[in-house]
Amino acid sequence: MLREMDRKGTANGLAASLLLLAAIYFGSGQLRHFDPALIAYTSATVFAVFGIVYRYSVWLQRPPTEMYWRRGWQFFLRPAQLPKNLLMLARLFWNTIFLQTFIKRRSHLRWAAHLLLSWGTIAACMVTFPLVFGWIHFEADPQDPAAYQAFAFGFHAGTFPAESPIGWFTFHILDFCAVAVIVGMALAMRRRVSDPGATSVQQFSMDFVPIILLFSVSVTGLMLTASVTWMEGHNYSFLALLHAFSVIITLLYLPFGKFFHIFQRPANLGVRFYKEEALRTEQAACARCGVAFASRLQIEDLKTVEEQLGMSWQYADGTHYQDICPTCRRKMLGANQLEAIGGPGYL
Amino acid sequence: MNSVFILDPARCIGCQACVHACGECGTHRGVSMIHLECMDRATTVQTTPQVCMHCENPTCAQVCPADAIKQTPDGVVQSSLKPRCIGCQNCVLACPFGVPKYDAGPDQMQKCDMCYDRTSVGKRPMCATVCPSEALYFGSMEEWRDRRQGTPVNTFRFGGQTVKTKVYTVMPARSERIDIRLTDIAGVKR
Repeated sequence: MLREMDRKGTANGLAASLLLLAAIYFGSGQLRHFDPALIAYTSATVFAVFGIVYRYSVWLQRPPTEMYWRRGWQFFLRPAQLPKNLLMLARLFWNTIFLQTFIKRRSHLRWAAHLLLSWGTIAACMVTFPLVFGWIHFEADPQDPAAYQAFAFGFHAGTFPAESPIGWFTFHILDFCAVAVIVGMALAMRRRVSDPGATSVQQFSMDFVPIILLFSVSVTGLMLTASVTWMEGHNYSFLALLHAFSVIITLLYLPFGKFFHIFQRPANLGVRFYKEEALRTEQAACARCGVAFASRLQIEDLKTVEEQLGMSWQYADGTHYQDICPTCRRKMLGANQLEAIGGPGYL
Repeated sequence: MNSVFILDPARCIGCQACVHACGECGTHRGVSMIHLECMDRATTVQTTPQVCMHCENPTCAQVCPADAIKQTPDGVVQSSLKPRCIGCQNCVLACPFGVPKYDAGPDQMQKCDMCYDRTSVGKRPMCATVCPSEALYFGSMEEWRDRRQGTPVNTFRFGGQTVKTKVYTVMPARSERIDIRLTDIAGVKR
């Protein structure tokens, strides 16, 4: 199995994992603020980083992906366009990543579900990872035992009374995230069991496992709060173990299943810069009907990619099938059949 | 799935029943995925329907940078996976049959998936269910052979590229493949 692994992917994955380990070591004050009890979480995260970077590297080596990756950066970093591109990137980030408006155009319910799931999960990660890695830690204020001091990378970041709205909110952020994820998950699950289109194409491993994992992480997390708040810590150790187990399984699943789209889908931003360039440059006219149907840039890039994939769409007279527009392609099948049977009419 | 899908463009009467029925499919409700083209309005009333031919080794999937187009175990090429599709339109431009459609709203590709919500449970696709002339046929090969003439063919040649598909096209007897030439449609007369 090790022999079958992609070299570039392995090297990039190992480099990213080592970088994370170094960041944990130095960010936690040479492990002074790292809690050894969290070693299992950390190990799972290091594995997840390796897996994600490995898969991303292998994915980038596919000819069409490599072409868009290269072109996307080329057009984005072009010095004359850079200021405009940075503004466009900010706008795209706001609409596509933050508000996810493209999902709203599919369905408002799906949009609400995805917003709750994605932001609930992302916010929880932004709180949990720095805490686990020892990048952020809290200490009781020696001058005032009722107050907490927050430290980020060893630097004092602020003090707040533990029994205050800020304190209460800080210590319950993960509970809010869990509620958001559970509501989003319920909306997603409702569609998964009632929509005939979804039920026909969904797969257990791709569509249900992520929902089950997020549900188990959120519910066991909330149970910890419930145990402390209302049950005087009853069964806390067992619940903590259950929560750790569900989180670790989720982290290990991260590079393999549906969650990989979190890292893959932002490639859409690069495609937007490609499309901007395509609009500005020469358009390709169909070799049959003469109507412009796409950018010359994309047609020529496709020819290159097809060649890299071992395809050969060229005719003996030099005409390339990639120069035929989709409308004419649709007519070609009928036209060739009619020609074969001797003109209009049927067999 | 023991049934076969057989396309016979010459029998198309342009009634558009398939276009409207297609929009009723559960996997892309309200949006019709089938194409119905007028061959050449100036010279002929001939129309031709185009469904996804469900290639064995789909070009759309190969040129997809996001790896978003997958086949079911029974060889049906699905619409792009929504979480993955990055809306680049490579599939739209590379499909040899001009099938995938790009929807700018959700910024994703959609295509005919042979009404997978129906065919996966043994029903006929919407278009073949309503087609009055059997330009779109879905059923057993034996029944088709009993009633119809010609040979269903599923191998195509485009220049130097050979494409094999799940969907068949009717050709004269003893045909083995269709060489797609860049035919002048106006010149195709009996």
